[in-house]
Amino acid sequence: MADASQMQITDEVAIQIVGMNKWFGSFHVLRDIEMTVRQGERIVICGPSGSGKSTLIRCINRLEEHQQGRIVVDGTELTNDIKNIDKVRSEVGMVFQHFNLFPHLTILENLTLAPIWVRKVPKREAEETAMYFLHKVKIPEQALKYPGQLSGGQQQRVAIARSLCMKPRIMLFDEPTSALDPEMIKEVLDTMIALAEEGMTMICVTHEMGFAQAVANRVIFMDQGQIVEQNEPRAFFGNPQSDRTKLFLSQILGH
Amino acid sequence: MTEAFVRTEMTPPKAPPVTERGVLKWLGENLFSGPFNTILTLASLYAIYLLASAVVPWLLNGVWTANSLQECRDIVTAAAGEGATGACWAMIRERWHQFIFGLYPAEAYWRPTLAFGLLLAAIAPVLFAGQRRSLLAILGAVAGFLALCLPLASAPVGAMIAAGLILAALSLAALTRPARMLWFTALFPGVVFFLLWGGSVWAPVVVVLGFGLVVVAFSLLAARGSLLLAAALAAVLVVVLLADPLAALLDLAGGIAGGFAPDPVTLAPGWRGIFPLLPQVSGWLDGQLPWGIPAIDSSEFGGFLLAIVIGVTAIAFSLPLGILLALGRQSDLPVVKMICVGFIEFIRGVPLITLLFTASLLLGYFLPPGTTFDTILRVMILVTFFAAAYLAEVVRGGLAALPRGQYEAADSLGLDYWRAQQLIILPQALKISIPAIVSTFIGLFKDTTLVSFVALMDPLRGVTNAVRADIDWKGIYWEPYIFVGVIFFVICFGMSRYSMYLEQKLKTDQR
Repeated sequence: MADASQMQITDEVAIQIVGMNKWFGSFHVLRDIEMTVRQGERIVICGPSGSGKSTLIRCINRLEEHQQGRIVVDGTELTNDIKNIDKVRSEVGMVFQHFNLFPHLTILENLTLAPIWVRKVPKREAEETAMYFLHKVKIPEQALKYPGQLSGGQQQRVAIARSLCMKPRIMLFDEPTSALDPEMIKEVLDTMIALAEEGMTMICVTHEMGFAQAVANRVIFMDQGQIVEQNEPRAFFGNPQSDRTKLFLSQILGH
Repeated sequence: MTEAFVRTEMTPPKAPPVTERGVLKWLGENLFSGPFNTILTLASLYAIYLLASAVVPWLLNGVWTANSLQECRDIVTAAAGEGATGACWAMIRERWHQFIFGLYPAEAYWRPTLAFGLLLAAIAPVLFAGQRRSLLAILGAVAGFLALCLPLASAPVGAMIAAGLILAALSLAALTRPARMLWFTALFPGVVFFLLWGGSVWAPVVVVLGFGLVVVAFSLLAARGSLLLAAALAAVLVVVLLADPLAALLDLAGGIAGGFAPDPVTLAPGWRGIFPLLPQVSGWLDGQLPWGIPAIDSSEFGGFLLAIVIGVTAIAFSLPLGILLALGRQSDLPVVKMICVGFIEFIRGVPLITLLFTASLLLGYFLPPGTTFDTILRVMILVTFFAAAYLAEVVRGGLAALPRGQYEAADSLGLDYWRAQQLIILPQALKISIPAIVSTFIGLFKDTTLVSFVALMDPLRGVTNAVRADIDWKGIYWEPYIFVGVIFFVICFGMSRYSMYLEQKLKTDQR
């Protein structure tokens, strides 16, 4: 499977980050980030809490603003230009730790809202697309319920489907399973694995090392706002180079 | 030592024992749960007895037919003996129309009556969006109310036919596409202005058409994506068509320079005769086709007519304004933020009465003589501003209560600011704020009685004092206040129940 998945990677650059720095006030959260993501790549970012991994992927769709360096997403550079930002955001799907579904709308309305208002898709077509993706995440029967009536795992799958309805070229996952009960983690991971197998470009911040080993082309380890180590998963887990990585892996895989 | 245990059968639920249910349990728990509470219960019962023994005979001895307070008292004494007390409702029976209409001419009572019925029909699609059964029930009630009251108020046949046609059209809309009823809601301000103030039919017609023109121009330009240009053009159109703030400002500057003694002859520039355009148009139309009903001056408005006119207008306009102020206060643009914060803090920091005085007296000094700026209009604007400032803070509370994730999710889907506000943020923030918003509306409605301070005839003080100044009813005290209080209570309680209904309806998280 590893070989087949490698073949999906193209030469096309999806995201390029050059010399990027970010501060929260005087706190230097991201330091000299250099990163290139090719179309079809699946990257897992891990690291201790506070290492800046969430902030990094939030910079990619400008939920956070960087102060130095360049971020180019799908050929569009992120600057203060609001048109560019909206363009990038409509191409990049994001899945949050706390799902962030819209509680006042039904599942179907959650899924069709952005296609209708941003992509100007006719309502019926948007609903067909929504039902297609709800089938994909295996909960079409929940379409007319409200988010509050679903379990955490179901909500997160809806959130993934909501992003997919915009037909994004890149998907960002910000700790998608961290807020879930253990028995629901698997259903979300299965959805993500299915997505990975279809060749979606994915960047995923997660502590699920099993997921990283199964689907990632590349694992990035961050600490103190810097990329400390990156490698393909087998080498990363089998033969970590830096002491910081070894310590981290021993702590999360140790028991 | 641990003994192994395996449950083989699950215990089904059982009913509680007799001492744990029924009236006895309730009494024991709530009224007689200890010596102290028992004493409190007995003391309360005694207080209730004292109150009832004073009020109940007063109510039971009430007199409905008499021509003066003295006559009332004589009837009570004759019926219940020396020293008995009794309510004199005869005053209400004789003067109720003043409490409702103020000094509005009696032969025109049908106009506010019709306006009130149509008001209910106009707000129904806003309050019960898309709910056919509720809408039809309200329209039916309105039809019944008008069928009963319009003949009593001897309305002209034409008005009754027009009302019937409007209600029939609205019912048809409610049956087919309820959203179409909102067209009438949009036209309603023009209708109500014509009905209440009267005069030429062309003034409201032309103003409504003018606003329609502005809205069409705005939406055409906004559809092409140039929102700012559209807003600017709309503003210019409003100025050219409807108002002449430039002229007023010019006169104001002149007035200040001239030591508050503006000379209308030197200060009125020639172009003031041309702009605004619409009054010219309606004046010309009126010359051609002089259709209309007798004009009634603002000074004749009073009672609940006045309270409802001011209250409904202020409620309708203060919510949108308050939302804009709340959004403006959170804006990243420093100038917008400063203006909004300044407005909110100034208006909230000053008592409403001060603002009302300013509206009615000071503006009169500053604006040139001959500038007609209706007292009721001024008061409506001020009350709207006042409520908007409070609502802005209420809505800001709702906005702040939303989790950050909702903004981020909206952003990450590529929704722009206004779409995100319209579709994601405001529906949730307003839902959270419903109780506080309705509280503000209730407060606003009761505050309309403060207009008595600027010589308008509010139902509580204005009309009551007028009634009590009559030699026949001199000395009457409780009855008018109870009457006014009951009407206020019914309206405010209605608002409160509606807010509870709305909260229940919008509840989506069944947890």
